[in-house]
Amino acid sequence: MDLAVAHETIARWQFGITTVYHFLFVPLTISLAAIVAGLETAWVRTGKEKYFHATKFWGKLFLINIAMGVVTGIVQEFQFGMNWSDYSRFVGDVFGAPLAMEALIAFFFESTFIGLWIFGWDRLPKKIHCACIWMVAIGTVLSAYFILAANSWMQHPVGYAIDPATGKAQLTDIARVLFQDTTLVVVFHTLTAAFLTGAAFMVGISSYHLWKAKRTSTADPKKTAAMRTSLRIALVIAVIAGLGTALSGDSLAKVMFKQQPMKMAAAEALWDTQTPAPFSIFAVGNVNDGHNSVELEVPGILSFLANSNFSSPVPGINDTAAAEAAKYGGQPTDYIPNIFVTYWGFRLMIGFGMTSFLAGLVGLWTTRRKLFLAPEHRTTSSEVPKLMLTKHHELGPFLTKWSWRIGILTMGFPLIANSFGWIFTEMGRQPWAVFGLMTTANAVSPNVGVTTQVIALSTFTLLYAVLAVIEVKLLVKYAKAGPVTSEQPPAQDPTLRGSSSDDADKPLAFAY
Amino acid sequence: MQLHDVWFILIAVLWIGYFFLEGFDFGIGVLTKLLARDTAERRVLINTIGPVWDGNEVWLLTAGGATFAAFPDWYATLFSGFYIPLLLILVCLIIRGVAFEYRAKRTEERWQRNWEHAIFWTSLIPAFLWGVAFANIVHGVAIDSHKNYVGSLRDLLTPYALLGGLVTLTLFTFHGAVFAALKTVGDIRTRARTAALQIGLVTAVLALVFLTWTQAHQGTAWSLAAMITAVLALLGALIANQLTREGWAFILSGLTIVAAVAMLFLALFPNVMPSTLNDAWSLTVSNAASSPYTLKLMTIVAAVFTPIVLLYQGWTYWVFRKRIGVQHIPTPTH
Ligand code: HDD
Ligand code: HEM
Ligand code: HEM
Repeated sequence: MDLAVAHETIARWQFGITTVYHFLFVPLTISLAAIVAGLETAWVRTGKEKYFHATKFWGKLFLINIAMGVVTGIVQEFQFGMNWSDYSRFVGDVFGAPLAMEALIAFFFESTFIGLWIFGWDRLPKKIHCACIWMVAIGTVLSAYFILAANSWMQHPVGYAIDPATGKAQLTDIARVLFQDTTLVVVFHTLTAAFLTGAAFMVGISSYHLWKAKRTSTADPKKTAAMRTSLRIALVIAVIAGLGTALSGDSLAKVMFKQQPMKMAAAEALWDTQTPAPFSIFAVGNVNDGHNSVELEVPGILSFLANSNFSSPVPGINDTAAAEAAKYGGQPTDYIPNIFVTYWGFRLMIGFGMTSFLAGLVGLWTTRRKLFLAPEHRTTSSEVPKLMLTKHHELGPFLTKWSWRIGILTMGFPLIANSFGWIFTEMGRQPWAVFGLMTTANAVSPNVGVTTQVIALSTFTLLYAVLAVIEVKLLVKYAKAGPVTSEQPPAQDPTLRGSSSDDADKPLAFAY
Repeated sequence: MQLHDVWFILIAVLWIGYFFLEGFDFGIGVLTKLLARDTAERRVLINTIGPVWDGNEVWLLTAGGATFAAFPDWYATLFSGFYIPLLLILVCLIIRGVAFEYRAKRTEERWQRNWEHAIFWTSLIPAFLWGVAFANIVHGVAIDSHKNYVGSLRDLLTPYALLGGLVTLTLFTFHGAVFAALKTVGDIRTRARTAALQIGLVTAVLALVFLTWTQAHQGTAWSLAAMITAVLALLGALIANQLTREGWAFILSGLTIVAAVAMLFLALFPNVMPSTLNDAWSLTVSNAASSPYTLKLMTIVAAVFTPIVLLYQGWTYWVFRKRIGVQHIPTPTH
């Protein structure tokens, strides 16, 4: 490989690895923060023990997860400067603004209030303590918003002008960057996907505990109560978020079709313009041939995704590439992203994510409590629910076993969907780093040697791999242990002043 | 004063905030080996910063993000130029954050020991490297006409820069010892004061040499004033420490950091990264800055949100104002 190509390739691998890794933790953080906040609110308002235990339990898993999200985020903040210095010089004026806002507005919020929440159980009145986790939840959403605005600007640059003296992009309208349609739909899609991710995670873990409780006679009823409530909440969230993901994904496809027609064609491996355009389910193609050798299609659906009707034309890869070459110069092949990755990335995103949505839908029906359920099949809130197909028909033992197992096995599916969604989005944008303005090849740091890059790439990959093992082991350990039902809230609601009757030598409620 | 001058000051304020706050975090990390005698004492130290270290670290992220927005060329040159030191710092910060959160998540002796070693090294290394980096920024490095750093890693390790690293390392450890004396009770509090005295004296000597060197090389009247403040504050902190006025000692050790970092920025101005190859290639507040629109926008954002951040971060310190000692450390349950 020649040096310039190696240079760019390593930088891309590093960005891809570190960012996809960061984004494994992000969706769980966003959704679990809000869900834990909801659970704690339920506890504060009703005083019910099961909400307290659920808050503590999911809170613990949330903390194990956010620790990794935070530390991997630090790399993100600096690697634009390290590996992409020409990019940083070119776009800093525009791109830096939302990034700085994210730090100043969102990160401070998250990190300060998470400290208060972790250590504040015996220091803060419970309402204020609960408010702290809401602050964290708001912080996570804000941070997602700002960074997605920055990313959307790379997908579809707006609100800028090129300075004729320096040739660099200059911000002219921040409102357009923050509120352009690309930003809004991407935020909607990413947040709904995040909630689907958290919901599937909760479904999986509560299913594990309930299925275990079902098979043992000595199950702790308090634990079952907390897990049963968690399961129901998670199933509801999975269905709502899954629907939201599909709806927002459809809007996103329409925006993308207008702004990056090549990406849409690549997502479908649609080589030639077609009227109406089909949705491809399976295809095997060859970039050099410029067509597919095998395909299986549903007619009209792609036209619908792109244009909301079943008959309009969708431009193919070959035509779009020719148009881009005419506009920006070079060969048509320069403008064709990796079709294999984009095509399969798109399919895996939808496939894995929607499977969790369907599982949620089925689960919500089979675990329903009163509605359409004969009285003799109703279970109390500290029992494992029976899985009911109809009013009188319980699922057989085989299907019951597999229903619980599917709940457990699909718990990571949306996480996979998220990664593929991003890989598709980012690789489908190639060869552009900033669409239409700067190619990825021109974005890298010219002064960083290949040796340095290799050191950095291997360091991060190795470190992240080790941390992944540690984190997964911890998560498994705490998830399997389940809620600690002996744990009790402070007997007296703490006051901010710290009461005088307090034993000065009382141990802390939580310590590192 | 022009907007880019305001932003130079704001960036300086963010770095000062970072070193003030994470300074004692790093110091506490180093002291877990120097000061604590057993696991319980190590946990006392770690828990003095438990609720706040993450919030403190965000000052760095904000300094980075703000530099990106206000001085894109500074951000690009600095982080691509100082690649390997920065990589090391990032690796340390990653391991350090995880170490705090995960250390107590298992009860095995080996697991906890390993994370404790990690906390020590990942506090010590960045505390040293930030000094090396800042000494290089102030002194200037080999920057070419395209604003790219063209020197090697070795070129960054000059005696001046290494001295700078020792200064930040000792100064942060001193600041951490003073903080430990302020936040703990019992035996460890007394020993923290003794440690503060010893480390403080070493710091005073190193800092005096480094700051005088800086002043002689590129000082101004303003930087001299900041330097004198730093030295007086350090002496004041030592005296307050001897008089067991721990609150005052902490304020003064903090002031030492504020004044010393301010001095570096004053010596730097109006450059942001001088070139040692050709004066015309230096990055300055004007040739590295963003457009007036972006600067104005960011000024408004900073003016609104910085006070809010200070308010709620300050409140956190108030909530966790109680001193802790070995008797407060709960026995591990899981
Ligand atoms: C659980 C995760 C998940 C699920 C179930 C889906 N998506 Fe998605 N999708 C994402 C997670 C995701 C993502 C990872 O969050 C992406 C990457 C960038 C972004 O904004 O969201 C994404 C990107 C993304 C894009 C690319 C946008 C661009 O590059 O500009 C499109 C067109 C869609 N999605 C469309 C869909 C459709 C039509 C779906 C189902 C019916 C769907 N997604 C389900
Ligand atoms: C929202 C903030 C994000 C920004 C600003 C951003 C920006 C970038 C930049 C600058 C590059 C390098 C240049 C390039 O190869 O195009 C890139 C590539 C990439 N990003 Fe993103 N990205 C973001 C989010 C994500 C997320 C969340 C993921 C995945 C989970 C992701 C996955 C990738 C991948 C896989 C690449 C490599 C693609 C390739 O080089 O072929 N990105 N992105
Ligand atoms: C490449 C672009 C990105 C950068 C520069 C970046 C930067 C960071 C940083 C520095 C942190 C740690 C903050 C702390 O110390 O508390 C962080 C955490 C976080 N980031 Fe990212 N990030 C990127 C991509 C994303 C994306 C695409 C999203 C969401 C859609 C996101 C959402 C979050 C959230 C919710 C957190 C909080 C904690 C967690 O990650 O689990 N980030 N990010």
